Amino acid sequence: MLRFSLDARRGSFHLDVECTFASDWTVIFGPSGAGKSTLLRLLAGLDRPQRGRIALDNRTLTDMTARHYDAPGRRNISLVSQQPALFPHLTAAANVAYGLHGIDRAARAHRVEEMLELVNAKELAVRKPRDLSGGQAQRIALARALAPAPRLLLLDEPFSALDGAASDALLNRLQSWLGDNRVQAVMATHDVSDALATNAEVLFLHEGRQAALGPAREVLAEERNRLATRIQAT
Amino acid sequence: MSAMDWQAFALSLRLAGVTTAILLAIAVPLAALIVLGRGRWLAAVEALSTLPMVLPPTVLGFFLLVLLGPRTAFGRGIAAVLGHPLAFSFDGLVVGSVIYSLPFAVQPLVAGFASVDTALVEAARLLGAGPVRLVSSIFIPVARRSFLAAIVLSFLHTVGEFGVVLMLGGDIPGATRTLSIVLYDQVESFDYAAANRTAAVLLGLSVLALAAIYSTSRKRGSEQRA
Repeated sequence: MLRFSLDARRGSFHLDVECTFASDWTVIFGPSGAGKSTLLRLLAGLDRPQRGRIALDNRTLTDMTARHYDAPGRRNISLVSQQPALFPHLTAAANVAYGLHGIDRAARAHRVEEMLELVNAKELAVRKPRDLSGGQAQRIALARALAPAPRLLLLDEPFSALDGAASDALLNRLQSWLGDNRVQAVMATHDVSDALATNAEVLFLHEGRQAALGPAREVLAEERNRLATRIQAT
Repeated sequence: MSAMDWQAFALSLRLAGVTTAILLAIAVPLAALIVLGRGRWLAAVEALSTLPMVLPPTVLGFFLLVLLGPRTAFGRGIAAVLGHPLAFSFDGLVVGSVIYSLPFAVQPLVAGFASVDTALVEAARLLGAGPVRLVSSIFIPVARRSFLAAIVLSFLHTVGEFGVVLMLGGDIPGATRTLSIVLYDQVESFDYAAANRTAAVLLGLSVLALAAIYSTSRKRGSEQRA
């Protein structure tokens, strides 16, 4: 279970949200500039809020009042962004193995193979990032993020370079794997179909504030009605 | 070259090799600190590490000569520990060279490390990389051209330095007489033929090292275009 109460300012933008994500798969939905990526970066520990607290399974990760802040690599959280950010000097397999530092070679190789198979990219193992397409690079980035078996997986529009069918297939495989391995996931998207596809719990963000939180169909229907009312009023 | 020149040649290479090794051990963590650290004091650290670049070598050599000489408690303390004063010794030249060439190691590394995509750094941090692993597994390989430039510039700058060496080391054959000092001696004694040979060796070293940097970067560029 992920709980957070965050107050963060970035220039003129102000994010102010307080939420509890109890379900295994939560979607943060909202238009560009709503604060989705900012929220994911705060949860991952890449940025610090001005005020607030983040706790994962009753473990405090950030508590600005107590001046407590766990570094990103100590949170047991992985983040996959729109930009795959693969290490350019390493092969795809070495990229996936990067977060497996400290475990023996055989176990590491086995884990890398398992992750590459999950994202359907075994044949890409020896390729360098410059030899991968955008979609292939995103799949390797996903495998790299999953390899250390995080407790929480954050996805920031991670399948933008994949076509619809490939994206849906990967999403199904991913959800099944996450369920089997008890990994909670939070995905940010501005695409309604992504939000509806999983029938997940949805946090609807608008200008840095929580506009709604609940089952996907309810939240999105509410938003559709709100927009329709606004259009009629103009 | 005469036998004396070969001795100076070997001494110059030894001085440059030792200085470069020490500089890398200092400059890599220093550059990483400047790039990754937070706080206004880092600007002072960067300015201090760049100071030898704008300071006249003779001024730096004079300060070090006084600091490391028998007139200061520091100089006497060092002499007591080492069993000999640092001034007018090979060890003293190494200290002077490290300080004098520090900006030539730090600046390329800072530029190279700062050019590494922030997304790569964040990805490595999320995967558990601490500062040491971040530098060794991401910064150095991704910014390897800057790393190579730091090595070559430090080495060549030390081989060619004159003011600090003359002030701090004098002209002691086998101990502090480097190729630059030999060249100065040859010109002073109007032995232009020998001076030409010494200058050619210094020039050749510089051209070879710079060619190595540029060929590496061209090879890398063509690999990326392929």
